[in-house]
Amino acid sequence: MTTRIDTRFAELKSQGRSAFVTYVMAGDPDAATSLNIVKALPKAGADVIELGIPFTDPMADGPSIQAAGLRALKAGMTLKKTLDLVRDFRKDDNVTPLVLMGYYNPIYIYGVDKFLTDAKSAGVDGLIIVDLPPEEDDELCIPALKAGLNFIRLATPTTDDKRLPAVLANTSGFVYYVSIAGITGAAAADANAVGEAVARIKRHTRLPICVGFGIRTPEAARAIAEKADGSVVGTALVDALKNSLDAEGRATAKTVNAVAELTAALAQGVKGAQQAAE
Amino acid sequence: MNVAKPNSYRSGPDERGHFGIFGGRFVAETLMPLILDLEKAYTAAKADPAFQAEMNGYLKNYVGRPSPLYFAERLTEHLGGAKIYLKREELNHTGSHKVNNVLGQIMLARRMGKKRIIAETGAGQHGVATATLCARFGLECVVYMGAVDVERQQPNVIRMEMLGAKVMPVQSGTRTLKDAMNEALRDWVTNVHNTFYCIGTVAGPHPYPTLVRDFQSIIGNETRAQMQEIEGRLPDSLVACIGGGSNAMGLFHPFLDDPTVEIFGVEAAGHGLTQLHAASIAGGRPGVLHGNRTYLLMDADGQIQDAHSISAGLDYPGIGPEHSWLHEVGRVNYLSATDDEALAAFQLLSKLEGIIPALEPAHAIAKVMELAPKRPRDHLMVVNLSGRGDKDVPQVGDILRGKK
Ligand SMILES: Cc1ncc(COP(=O)(O)O)c(C=O)c1O
Repeated sequence: MTTRIDTRFAELKSQGRSAFVTYVMAGDPDAATSLNIVKALPKAGADVIELGIPFTDPMADGPSIQAAGLRALKAGMTLKKTLDLVRDFRKDDNVTPLVLMGYYNPIYIYGVDKFLTDAKSAGVDGLIIVDLPPEEDDELCIPALKAGLNFIRLATPTTDDKRLPAVLANTSGFVYYVSIAGITGAAAADANAVGEAVARIKRHTRLPICVGFGIRTPEAARAIAEKADGSVVGTALVDALKNSLDAEGRATAKTVNAVAELTAALAQGVKGAQQAAE
Repeated sequence: MNVAKPNSYRSGPDERGHFGIFGGRFVAETLMPLILDLEKAYTAAKADPAFQAEMNGYLKNYVGRPSPLYFAERLTEHLGGAKIYLKREELNHTGSHKVNNVLGQIMLARRMGKKRIIAETGAGQHGVATATLCARFGLECVVYMGAVDVERQQPNVIRMEMLGAKVMPVQSGTRTLKDAMNEALRDWVTNVHNTFYCIGTVAGPHPYPTLVRDFQSIIGNETRAQMQEIEGRLPDSLVACIGGGSNAMGLFHPFLDDPTVEIFGVEAAGHGLTQLHAASIAGGRPGVLHGNRTYLLMDADGQIQDAHSISAGLDYPGIGPEHSWLHEVGRVNYLSATDDEALAAFQLLSKLEGIIPALEPAHAIAKVMELAPKRPRDHLMVVNLSGRGDKDVPQVGDILRGKK
């Protein structure tokens, strides 16, 4: 099976470019604005889109993304509406890879089989589910692979060489290296340490490796892009969105642009990177 | 329930931490290696007689065990049925059963060379027990507590600070126990290299539900021996309140394979089961949160709902996974008591026995008030008096004065 993710990374590789991956929360601050933001991301330079599934108890997220999830839930977002958003996005974009990122409970309650069918038909390419380590692969990972979706696993600084093969075994699409032990929005990782970690993981897999957590600026994105196959920015975009809202937390005329402009600046940073030789 | 009856109710979990479909290890990858390490360290400690011997020494001389099994004569007379015994966990050092588990986990942390301890707390009893043992062993201690609970359990906040712990009020979400647990998990993910997470109940990822249960089983093991000595036989029924379910599991587990023993867990029904409450089995269904699959209060989209109980220690939208399993296989009966019923029981026990219970076990007493009168006089009923009420005196005082 070849997904949009595989195709996109193959293209980037042939161009000698590192991917720029953006994370935003579905339904933040409301479903309509969120759709417009997601639509604006590829034009602004996002190569891959990660879309957060809102959840009340995001135990691996820092305050910014926690608040984004609560804004979305307050505006009535659900997993079903998240899939609707993806379907609407796919009406005019059939190439940009889109990955849903979140926690297992909303999917478990939706029903795993029904979710996989609906996600696939909506145009989702892959899943990143924070609280499903390889020890729980039977829950969603294996069924997702069978349904033709990529299951993208997180590798972390605590994932040692002994454990890496287990983490990588059923991973597809790309590997998401979490550059620090911590939650989203925390301190940035040192690019050299990231380079060493990426090299270590590459000894175990041929999959592209994207690096996230703690990247906020075009300079930081460029530094990571020189060491990895992609860099992920989330909290900085979510913060830009939040800063554009009115006092009641509603979208303003500036909201979509605020996210698009930062995306463009970050994408420029990534494009300026010198790709490391493989 | 269409779940097959097992040969033994005491053999779980399986090697992946499952009790039937419940339990498991639903955590971020960053934590997975630590959880595997903990499992290894616990298995080794369990097999090490020196570990048990050291623990027994502290249980006796520091905690003050065994806790008495006390015949509540006036409560029995008042209710006019079953003979009621109180397992006096409120007499333990720090005032509740929580210390049994904390001692075990702190000894494990020491074996693993961890110098920084974090904990979540609702009522503050687990936080106090953790702060106490950290003081005793010279360990850094950080306790996460929902801002709402910091407000309603002030005496325990002050105690923790006096013991040298840092209390972190949690402002996210509903600002109660569930959010304290989220925040503790976030701290753990960030400080994996030096930090031991001391979980306060039989919940969380495997192996926590098992090791907490094992450390708390001293309650049931003592009860068994004490009842044998006093009455020459097993009790006929057991009653305990349930937040996450650790005091209940500690009392129940040693009796699960004794078919003559009826077992009752009591959840918090808050304002009533059709309104805001904290009864996950009565009002919830299976979902995944905080590292395990278990009964949870949630909406149709799988979003976790606010729990409510007058008692901060029961104000949690979940329950330990082994309880979910015991419910589905039908071994334990899960009941619930409202805020008002618990308040009435709190006053009754204080006046009849001269024992001010914590609001948590007051929920268990409330159901004893219903169950005991329907049982014959030779029926032996044991209630876990999991904690004392000092921490609740200001809160209950305000409520009672407000009602007058
Ligand atoms: C005295 C007392 N009993 C019971 C509980 C509830 O916890 P568990 O169900 O784990 O025993 C608490 C929790 O704070 C408590 O302080």
